[in-house]
Amino acid sequence: MRYFLNRLGFLILSIWAAITLNFVLPRLMPGNPAETIFAKFQGHMQPSQLHAMELQFGFSNKPFIIQYFQYLGSLLTGHWGLSYTYYPTSVSQIIATSLPWTIGLLGIATLISVVIGTLVGILIAWRRGGIADSTLPIVTMFFQSMPLFWLGLVLVYFLAFTLNWFPMFHGYSSNANVGWNWPFISSVLYHGILPAIVVFLGSISGWIIGMRNNMINTLGEDYVVFAEAKGVSNRRLIFMYAARNALLPQVTSLAIALSSIVGGQILVEQVFSYPGIGFQLTNAVSMEDYPLIQGMFLIIALSVLIVNFLVDMLYGRLDPRVRRRGAES
Amino acid sequence: MNNQTGKRRKSRNLGLFFRNPKAVVGLAIFSIFVLISIFAGVIAPYNPQVSQFLPMQPPSMQNLLGTTSTGQDIFSQFVWGTQTTMIVGVGAGLLSTFIGILVGVYAGYKGGWVDSVLNTISNIFLVLPGLALLILIESYVKNTTPFSNGLIIAVTGWAWGARVFRAQAMSLAGRDFIIAAKLSGASDMRIIFAEILPNMMSIIAANVMYACLGAILAESGLAYLGLENLSSSSWGTMLYWAQAGGAMLGGAWWWFIPPGLAIALVGMSFALMNFSIDQITNPRLRVRKKKKAAGVRKVSSREREHASA
Repeated sequence: MRYFLNRLGFLILSIWAAITLNFVLPRLMPGNPAETIFAKFQGHMQPSQLHAMELQFGFSNKPFIIQYFQYLGSLLTGHWGLSYTYYPTSVSQIIATSLPWTIGLLGIATLISVVIGTLVGILIAWRRGGIADSTLPIVTMFFQSMPLFWLGLVLVYFLAFTLNWFPMFHGYSSNANVGWNWPFISSVLYHGILPAIVVFLGSISGWIIGMRNNMINTLGEDYVVFAEAKGVSNRRLIFMYAARNALLPQVTSLAIALSSIVGGQILVEQVFSYPGIGFQLTNAVSMEDYPLIQGMFLIIALSVLIVNFLVDMLYGRLDPRVRRRGAES
Repeated sequence: MNNQTGKRRKSRNLGLFFRNPKAVVGLAIFSIFVLISIFAGVIAPYNPQVSQFLPMQPPSMQNLLGTTSTGQDIFSQFVWGTQTTMIVGVGAGLLSTFIGILVGVYAGYKGGWVDSVLNTISNIFLVLPGLALLILIESYVKNTTPFSNGLIIAVTGWAWGARVFRAQAMSLAGRDFIIAAKLSGASDMRIIFAEILPNMMSIIAANVMYACLGAILAESGLAYLGLENLSSSSWGTMLYWAQAGGAMLGGAWWWFIPPGLAIALVGMSFALMNFSIDQITNPRLRVRKKKKAAGVRKVSSREREHASA
């Protein structure tokens, strides 16, 4: 219970920090950027909407502290402002349409990467010193140290532009009807392959190396040696005895990977013009659409913080030691 | 006496570092880029910004890496870009490590409420999404130079280091020699800089490398998005112009391949050097010849890249 309250307190504190950053930053900048957007909006909006903008960006003569509470209030009631680019669509509507794309693409790519990476890690740890064991970690590490958006550019150039195997941008082809029909779904899958490969290549290394090292540690434990001496079959030994206990540290990494799904691949989405959160954010930046930028930042921050909290809870269940230690610190 | 053994250990470690093939390869790649950036003025044949050639030409003897869509020499852009990117990357990496040391070591050494406050602050910085935060800040600060960019990256990216340093300082704070120094009346700052820091040099070195890599990736990502002054010369800005100038649709692979490949090579060189630092500071990995068995360390480095990339 103490552990739960501790984590909950941190969740609230960090959400508060993210919101406050969003509030303070535009007011800190020299030559209030809000003035520029405000000029842009004039004549396009209803007076009441202009008033809402004023509140959001500090264009009122009220003291800061009152503005701050008004801002908090409007966030809590779901009024995240209106986008300038997609006027009069509200920021929350844009988030609602882009979130599934991001979660779908990156969620699936991450899961594939976790499963394959962990299995490969288990196998190369078992065949330690083999060819796969000495090459795979190095090769995958090379992919990990390159900028993923650039890897995306290279793949788009060679596989999509030169060889024409894959579409170059967007999440689905423009002549498909959006909905639950096969042409649309297949076009979504087809468009998702290339960005998914990029995310997969960029993240697989950590899963392989992490699992390999955990496995090597557990394979050296006495109970594994004993089980082997007892005549347990290899398959059972690998998966039921060693791999099971080597998995726990992978859960920590999975937590970080899951929490960075929404905001993790902003640049990759931008390369493929994939209609997700990251692409909307970079678009909003180039259009100077400040309400949308703020909304996108908040949703990315919220998803990281909330997933982190949930994983902390889960981890406390899986490993009681964490619960006790967490309460102390 | 303490100092002497420390020195001996240091020279032994340096010897091990240079005898490790991975470390030597990593160091060689890194040195090449350092040399390019030092002698950029000598190496680059033309002014990188002047349009004086035929546009979109493939590599030739005149233009080693071809030309852009406005007829600029890409090789010269690459060389000057190396200088900018290396200065910003290494500078931001050092600065963020320094902030991390100040916050982390002080918190870990002091303990109590100082630790609680500092630790909470660094945990918040740790969980806030790095790249999104950078984009948010830079959308307000228009036309940043590469250097202000590096400053912003360092100020937002120190938390990983702080966490590692804090843990290490906490374990050192209870040791006898620290207590002895405290009893002999040494000041906090003296204890931190003269007693604690020399004992965590390998961790600091590893952290500097990851921080530099993170900074290079972040800077090039931001510049690629066009958030950096567009007339600056850095690898990221080259990629921005390649994208904006239609390098993909014009088939100009020589325009966007070199900058990204260079970033990948620098990243690889840091990873290789760090691998060997791991092996040196963790003797168990060396004696048993268990390559890359630094399980926990490896995972944490991966996480760091996630956070900063």
